[in-house]
Amino acid sequence: MATLHTQSTARLMMAPAVVLLLMWMLVPLGMTLWFSFLRYNLLMPGMEEWTGFDNYYYFLTDPAFSTALVNTLLLVGGVLLISVGGGIALALLLDQPFFGQGIVRLLVIAPFFVMPTVSALVWKNMFMNPVYGLFAWVAKFFGLQPVDWLAEVPLFSIVLIVAWQWLPFATLILLTALQSLDEEQREAAEMDGAGPVSRFIYIVLPHLSRAITVVILIETIFLLSVFAEILVTTNGGPGLQSTNLTYLVYAQALLQFDVGAASAGGIVAVILANIVAIFLMRIIGKNLDA
Amino acid sequence: MARAISPRRKWTITVVAWLLGLALFFPILWTVLTSFKTEGEAIASPPSLIAFDWTLANYFEVQARSNYFKYVGNSIVIALGSTLIGLLIAIPAAWAMAFSPTKRTKDVLMWMLSTKMLPPVGVLVPIYLIFRDTGLLDSRTGLIGVLTMINLPIIVWMLYTYFREIPGEILEAARMDGASLAKEIVYVLTPMALPGIASTMLLNIILAWNEAFWTLNLTASNAAPLTAFIAAYSSPEGLFWAKLSAASTLAIAPILIMGWFSQRQLIRGLTFGAVK
Repeated sequence: MATLHTQSTARLMMAPAVVLLLMWMLVPLGMTLWFSFLRYNLLMPGMEEWTGFDNYYYFLTDPAFSTALVNTLLLVGGVLLISVGGGIALALLLDQPFFGQGIVRLLVIAPFFVMPTVSALVWKNMFMNPVYGLFAWVAKFFGLQPVDWLAEVPLFSIVLIVAWQWLPFATLILLTALQSLDEEQREAAEMDGAGPVSRFIYIVLPHLSRAITVVILIETIFLLSVFAEILVTTNGGPGLQSTNLTYLVYAQALLQFDVGAASAGGIVAVILANIVAIFLMRIIGKNLDA
Repeated sequence: MARAISPRRKWTITVVAWLLGLALFFPILWTVLTSFKTEGEAIASPPSLIAFDWTLANYFEVQARSNYFKYVGNSIVIALGSTLIGLLIAIPAAWAMAFSPTKRTKDVLMWMLSTKMLPPVGVLVPIYLIFRDTGLLDSRTGLIGVLTMINLPIIVWMLYTYFREIPGEILEAARMDGASLAKEIVYVLTPMALPGIASTMLLNIILAWNEAFWTLNLTASNAAPLTAFIAAYSSPEGLFWAKLSAASTLAIAPILIMGWFSQRQLIRGLTFGAVK
């Protein structure tokens, strides 16, 4: 439908966005790729030289990489499990009629709007502090030994903090999807004698499947890049216990100034994220045709 | 359509839902409460929920000690700046794609989306070096540029999904009535497009305000927004929970309120229209 503009004006209108994004994508990514083949340390300027795949070899065989990769997977998997599982349960609950529905909905989604540094520090100090934190107080109240959360179970603690931020997101999207479920279909099943469990498995879950997939994929993209929560709570430690890939690349680049290795790590992270992205794009692309 | 359920069941659900909602909201509530305590009361055991001497001292101290409003200002300039520039670039693009689509439009949209999938560490090193060499490190200009680029795909997508809902027939009707292109844009299209643009703007301000990878890595003190200012409280020496809480409360309050108003748009924007 080219009623409003000719094709050339349309192209002209799109040009700034397309050109800028193209530059944003190609220039830095090209530089990262180029750096990843150089021996390049900011502390030794002028000593750059071509090293082929050495950086990749060192980055991928460094034990820190496998630790960070496992941590990344645990972090993403743990948060997904809590946020999607909890999100389905919460969405089913909030979809029922009850008093104050609107207010509870606001309370539930609130954590999603809290900036990452705030939520991480609030949890780290006021809840997880082994001496003055609320968790420690609760533990003492029941006569238990308080846990030093971020020192003893750092990755698990970070999973909790990040899950608190993403559970609202999952709930909100699944609730929206639930509300588009045809009520008559549910009632028909009820009249046919289907119990709540089989109604959930055969009617609700299939209806939610697309929303669940979208939640999983979008969260995965963001969770692969969790950074601030780690920086302000554990700095990746103790040791490497809470270092994920993003944090490892950051540490290599801005703490050890090893541009070459950090770039190789960056490219590895891009490849991993792309594997997820391909699936997400397919789903969104399908939706665009509809 | 309301389902018929027994009052008893409704009350049970009400109680459970409120308890869960309050539990999830509790860390925010606790932060707000702590911001009105003294430092001593903030770490008192047992902790008191509301029975403490309420004080506003933390809010004044945060400002006096660290010039808090400088960081608030940076946050506002960066969030608004990147949003407005993003809209300026995205509106024509989304407009063209919605009203004169070609067979490549879909590919362009998908490609834009793919740039959003790029993990920031993939481009951290070159951006950092470019910024260092051009004096953009720790500058608001640099940060506005980066945030504009990382949110541009979301802005284009959201606007596109809104613009596509404007019926093309209405334009033809206006034209039949003899409206010129300028009149068409001012009197017919703009009013119809405004709600979509406003929602897009709201969501993008929220995203830019809370962005915590680039703001932490590219700023030191001059251009540091609230994300970076709060991060400075992570240093282990001293327990300044009441002040941390006061700073945090101010940092999240405006965005929380905006977020509450834009729930629906949030879904549309963050799922790229896949869930409405």
